[in-house]
Amino acid sequence: MIRLTDQPFEPGALLSEFARGREETGAVATFTGLARAEQGATAILELEAYPGFTESEIGKIADQARERFGLHDLLILHRVGKIGPGEPIVFVATAAGHRRAAFEACDFLMDYLKSRAPFWKKEHGPGGQRWIEPTAQDHIDRERWD
Amino acid sequence: MARVLLFGSLRDLAGWRERDVEAASVSVLRAQLAGEDEALGAALEGPGVQVAVDQALVRGDLALSAGSEVAFLPPMSGG
Repeated sequence: MIRLTDQPFEPGALLSEFARGREETGAVATFTGLARAEQGATAILELEAYPGFTESEIGKIADQARERFGLHDLLILHRVGKIGPGEPIVFVATAAGHRRAAFEACDFLMDYLKSRAPFWKKEHGPGGQRWIEPTAQDHIDRERWD
Repeated sequence: MARVLLFGSLRDLAGWRERDVEAASVSVLRAQLAGEDEALGAALEGPGVQVAVDQALVRGDLALSAGSEVAFLPPMSGG
């Protein structure tokens, strides 16, 4: 499932719910991304999505992950709107028969989300506001999977 | 009448987020917007700016119908 939300979420509750009722899944891997304060440079992070389009584009990569890693299931929850330092911004969970596939699928999904997903990100800080683009490292991370 | 949506830095530049514009195609729409706001017109042609019509990315020109949704997407930042 892929979902955007403008509300804070609790990663532990998402994991409990995701892991429940599985009998053939031997591995669940999760990743939680938190908004960083950047030593005070970022008071608020603002994320904009294109509702419908953003979920559908992420869904295409989720389908690739399902196939490539033989996933049983996956969950991606992403915040939009204004996010304060320390708040969870993204949660990814993957379920697979064995751990390697679950770990790698989670890593793969995050590299995509950080570099290519249809979001527009703005940093609000004491020095004003600025739009942020993916870093060179974000692109290198994603190219590992090509 | 097409519904035009701007995202990210394009929205800040234009000072609006969505508007209805009368245009029969994407190229006519671009010309129309550029005629009203030269800086926006140039930004819409900028590197990495993509266009989606009814939530599907398009390259080149495309005819628009009444109620088409046209979104201009600056380079995506990732989450």
